[in-house]
Amino acid sequence: MRVVLAEDHFLLRDGLSRLLEAYQHEVVATVDNGPELLSALIDVVPDVAIVDVRLPPAFSDEGLRASVEARSRIPGLPILLLSQYVEPLYAHELLATGSEGVGYVLKDRVTNGTQFMSTIQRVAEGGTAMDPEVVSQLLIRKDRDEHMGSLTQREREVLECVAQGRSNAGIAEALFITEKAVAKHISNIFSKLGMPPSDTDNRRVLAVLAYLNR
Amino acid sequence: MASTRQFRESRPPTADQGFSVSRGLTAWKRCAVLWWLSLRSFWLSLWMVTVSMLLGSRPGAGLLPSTVRMIRRLADRQRHLAKEWSGIEIPAVYEDLPTGNRGVALRSQLLARNNQIWRDWRWATLDPIVGPLIAIGPFALVLSGFWGLLTAVFGAELSKQWDSIWFLFIPVQNVPTAVLAGVLGVLMFPLALWTAPRSVHWHSRYLRAMLAPSESEMMAHRIEHLTTTRSDAVDTQMAELRRIERDLHDGAQARLVAMGMTLDAAERLLETNPEAVRTLLAEARQSSSKALEELRDLVRGIHPPILADRGLADAVRSLALTCPIKSEVAIDLPRRPEPPLESAAYFAVSEILTNATKHSGAERVWIDLRHDAGQLRISITDDGRGGADASGGSGLHGIERRLATFDGVLAVSSPLGGPTIVTMELPCALSSQKTTFS
Repeated sequence: MRVVLAEDHFLLRDGLSRLLEAYQHEVVATVDNGPELLSALIDVVPDVAIVDVRLPPAFSDEGLRASVEARSRIPGLPILLLSQYVEPLYAHELLATGSEGVGYVLKDRVTNGTQFMSTIQRVAEGGTAMDPEVVSQLLIRKDRDEHMGSLTQREREVLECVAQGRSNAGIAEALFITEKAVAKHISNIFSKLGMPPSDTDNRRVLAVLAYLNR
Repeated sequence: MASTRQFRESRPPTADQGFSVSRGLTAWKRCAVLWWLSLRSFWLSLWMVTVSMLLGSRPGAGLLPSTVRMIRRLADRQRHLAKEWSGIEIPAVYEDLPTGNRGVALRSQLLARNNQIWRDWRWATLDPIVGPLIAIGPFALVLSGFWGLLTAVFGAELSKQWDSIWFLFIPVQNVPTAVLAGVLGVLMFPLALWTAPRSVHWHSRYLRAMLAPSESEMMAHRIEHLTTTRSDAVDTQMAELRRIERDLHDGAQARLVAMGMTLDAAERLLETNPEAVRTLLAEARQSSSKALEELRDLVRGIHPPILADRGLADAVRSLALTCPIKSEVAIDLPRRPEPPLESAAYFAVSEILTNATKHSGAERVWIDLRHDAGQLRISITDDGRGGADASGGSGLHGIERRLATFDGVLAVSSPLGGPTIVTMELPCALSSQKTTFS
């Protein structure tokens, strides 16, 4: 895959590009500030971009802004946002550009190389990857929702995994249950929350995130 | 300077100039209200004389707090009307009273003079006379007008039976003088309407002369306020630093030490027991992610990244987004306030929302944030069970103290059964930075 990497911290930038190369991906451009990122995204049109939210010059949310801008010009451009902290409002804004090929995860996740690589892969393929932290923050709001209250503990865990963008196989692995059980839980969740069943993984994530954002 | 700022007159420049019938009529009614209020101060002054005579004794001191409260309520009403009607702001500087033995404290204030209690007291004594005198003009003119009309119609006839009938300076005896009296009488009505707004304004100015504290007193009060809020601010800051130090010491620092030890153990076992090394490394990684998590929480508590990135408006939106209660946000903030004030306002909102979540049992909460006339106004309303109390040991008092550093105020209205409305006002100027991008 051709990757654009935007990260102002030298150590992290270096580590990330080494990690990517170890997995046979090509880092076509590395940038360390917002304006350069936007032009790189538009010129190169990578298979996936890994972007730090906070970048120079103002060290606020340049990475997010550039990503939103780039996705408005090139719809569906796969972007994975990395951040030292997750902010539901940013997830909101990123998802507003369409939830295909977007991800928003904590920087901590890079410490687990295999998992991080599969996250990148998923985003590049047009999937969605939301950090568990984002999902749990979104779920706080739904604590008093009556439909949510009717979910069992296990169904709630499955819902969290779905919102993170995991596939059935991924969920089964994370919760130590069979894929068949996962499918059953998911159909229960969808009927309890009054959502129409979705056939593809991505439509499913969409439905759940839309529900949580409501 | 703060003290002079409060004397500023913000009324529209033409308030008591020129002539307008509708304004005259309104002002005429206002004069009537002022009369009515003076009547109340008359009754009050009778009671005050009684209390004054008993002042040296124990029961006298016992009656003092309630009397002072009554006077203050009347004075507050008058101050409010002066601001509303004439745009004259009359500051009041009431000193804090000790909780026990208020009567004695008030007595010593009264005897010491040159404080708000004493000024209120002086005003309430004089007001039954001075107040009506100022407000009497428009009434007298109207009465005089009626008398003029009456003499115009009946004057010539009546003067035959009585010795003479006078209207102002005119002895009404025949048709020409009757006509003159009639014309003058009619003129009295517009004159009354012309006088009324001026009387209201004069009344407000008299009120200010009687009730407003002197410049030096305002200054002393200001200095006292600044001293208290400064020491509060220093205390809060110190406590914050202590908390951060403790959090780092018990959290991230301890975890990093543990991680170092785990890695050290792994290094020693590398040759002999590779399987154990694998578990140790997994442990080290877990420690590192725990440490990161704790640092993240700490940073959020010091200065939330979203506040730094996007400013108050989006930070409050984000709070609403993660608030377990259904929330509606209305924000009208064209630019960002200064960072310290932003941070104070943010934490105040955050704490009030937490309170609402924990104690109110509310289903919905409404957050309204706007900048208006140099003030940042925030109101948070919930439909919970009410009964919140700012003076109690709740977090509200802490918020109030922290806002005081910025000359901000907090008001809570929370009747039993709800709703609870918390309102905050902070004087603030907006910077040129925009709050959101689009």
